[in-house]
Amino acid sequence: MKVVLENLTKRFASRHVKGEVVVAVDHFSFEIPDGQLIGLLGPSGCGKSTTLNLISGLETPTEGRILFGDEDVTNVPPEGRGVGLVFQNYALYPHLTVEENIIFPLENLKGEKKMTKQAMHEKAMEVARLVQIDQLMERKPKEMSGGQQQRVAIARALVKIPRVLLLDEPLSNLDARLRLQTREELRRIQRETGVTTIFVTHDQEEAMSISDLIIVMKAGKVHQIGKPQDVYDEPVNLFVAQFLGTPQINVFEGAIRDGKVWIGNEAVLDVPGKENREIWVGIRPEGFIPDENGRFTCRMDRVEVMGRDVSVVCTNEQMTGKSIRAIVSSENTFRPDQKMVRFNLKPHKVFLFDRESEERV
Amino acid sequence: MKEKNNLKAWLYLLPAILFLGVFMLYPLIDVLIYSVEENYASIARTYTGVGLGNFRKVLSDELFIQALKNTFILVIITVPVSTGLSLLIALGLSAIKPLKKAFQTIYFLPYVTNTLAVGLVFMILFDKTEYTRGLVNLLLGTDIDFIDGGYWTKMLVTCLYTVWIVMPFKILILTSALASVNQDYYKAARVDGASSARIFRKITLPMISPTVFYLIITGFIGAFKAYSDEVALFGTNLNAAGMNTIVGYVYDMLYSDTGGQYGNAAAAALILFAIVFTITYINLKFSRNKVQYM
Repeated sequence: MKVVLENLTKRFASRHVKGEVVVAVDHFSFEIPDGQLIGLLGPSGCGKSTTLNLISGLETPTEGRILFGDEDVTNVPPEGRGVGLVFQNYALYPHLTVEENIIFPLENLKGEKKMTKQAMHEKAMEVARLVQIDQLMERKPKEMSGGQQQRVAIARALVKIPRVLLLDEPLSNLDARLRLQTREELRRIQRETGVTTIFVTHDQEEAMSISDLIIVMKAGKVHQIGKPQDVYDEPVNLFVAQFLGTPQINVFEGAIRDGKVWIGNEAVLDVPGKENREIWVGIRPEGFIPDENGRFTCRMDRVEVMGRDVSVVCTNEQMTGKSIRAIVSSENTFRPDQKMVRFNLKPHKVFLFDRESEERV
Repeated sequence: MKEKNNLKAWLYLLPAILFLGVFMLYPLIDVLIYSVEENYASIARTYTGVGLGNFRKVLSDELFIQALKNTFILVIITVPVSTGLSLLIALGLSAIKPLKKAFQTIYFLPYVTNTLAVGLVFMILFDKTEYTRGLVNLLLGTDIDFIDGGYWTKMLVTCLYTVWIVMPFKILILTSALASVNQDYYKAARVDGASSARIFRKITLPMISPTVFYLIITGFIGAFKAYSDEVALFGTNLNAAGMNTIVGYVYDMLYSDTGGQYGNAAAAALILFAIVFTITYINLKFSRNKVQYM
């Protein structure tokens, strides 16, 4: 099912300041293609959970429309939308067994869709097998691990074959190892069912690794939509560039003068044809090439060996963060007493943003 | 080392043990002793024998049978009615947004109001005097003597009074129980298409079942111990009004004009204890698979 969001806007009255209005979602327009896995990514408080609630129908938009396929569902209550929702804390009913939890949405069906007990049981077993919890059907939620509870929540959301599956921070309550494993699981389940899935996360790595498309949000506004690699390679503004990638992109105060990028008093890169202006220079950690005759000089701090790669931590007067992190091949050697280190830059790993608007130059 | 620790533990417990021993345990044992001492004379401190004579006497006393009947009727009517009504009101209170605090205060007022003051208000509402038929009669357009009339009209007033006086506490407890249910369960249920009735039955009720159960148990115990409410409504001579309760009977045995009958009072008190114990036991048994402790 294709999901279309048109000018979606949600305004709340501020809880802290009387009379003030908070815009949680600001004119969000996008068409989510059928059968894709979409990562809704942004820092906390950026409106991504509100967007999810708007799609599920738990909140009604102040402005704009939501369409599932060709059907306008803007004013359809949640129970009429046919969405499956997985909560961050799973919201499994603690007094019901796994099977009773999974069957719950089926028992609510009315009219023609009403199912017999046997049919419900079979259906529940089917999804339970899909998420591999069919051995645990008699357990209560508290008798299960976080990962297992998560699967039950997904099974419950999938059992009535939703038109859209919504996941709110589905992995954040799991430990690191389980998170990695579950995210692959999620991808597999989504592929097998082919249901259009939107999941909310603040973890860029999580979003990048499994999404077909990611939507980067900040303060209620959509900043960029695209394939994960495309967004990483071509961020439209400084926020997106900083939000994606670990370690974070290195940002320097700089300027464009005479077709060259200047950081301090060094011309680090040629950018012929660009007009002169003050800029932010963003350099991905993997964008540095150590070179004795390099054009960019930094003060060496330390070298962290990570096996295959080496992380060079250094500083520069023009940097904005605490330090610069350059990830280079471990074939490069550094002397322990080395005070300075020189780099050449990979042009496609360097992004230039306007100093004022922070938009890409 | 272990011995020493034990000693320390007992030392910590000592104040509580002393207090409970003197004021709880000793009187309890004393009641047991009194109940089996036949024809105990309080001034001479003599008795004629040890046996179940006091129990026999109490159980064949018409006044006790009347008190027993009154208490049971009161319990059977007021506990379910007050718990049910409180649940409805608590649900209403948690659903509304504007003036929530104001309504919560109004519903809690009876709890902090003196029983006798409430009794006085009920008198004004229901009592018929030479000057007026009472507010309820005026409103209903009837002419019923609630306070000095027939048995069931008196019982009706008593039940109304009891329900009204016990509800605030129940509403308070239920409101907080409802508030402690994670909202995500409701959201999940709504997205899954559950109707309000089904959400209440399948989610809300199981989630607050320990609280409801607690209120039912304490409600039973409280209602079996009813006495002051009846005094507030009908005065101290409850036997004359035919509205005595078991606790009232115990009080009469001790302090009324015919008082000083310690043996009978102790026997009646123990019968009450046996009843409350049995009812609570049945409640516990019955609720074992109904109450969901999370």
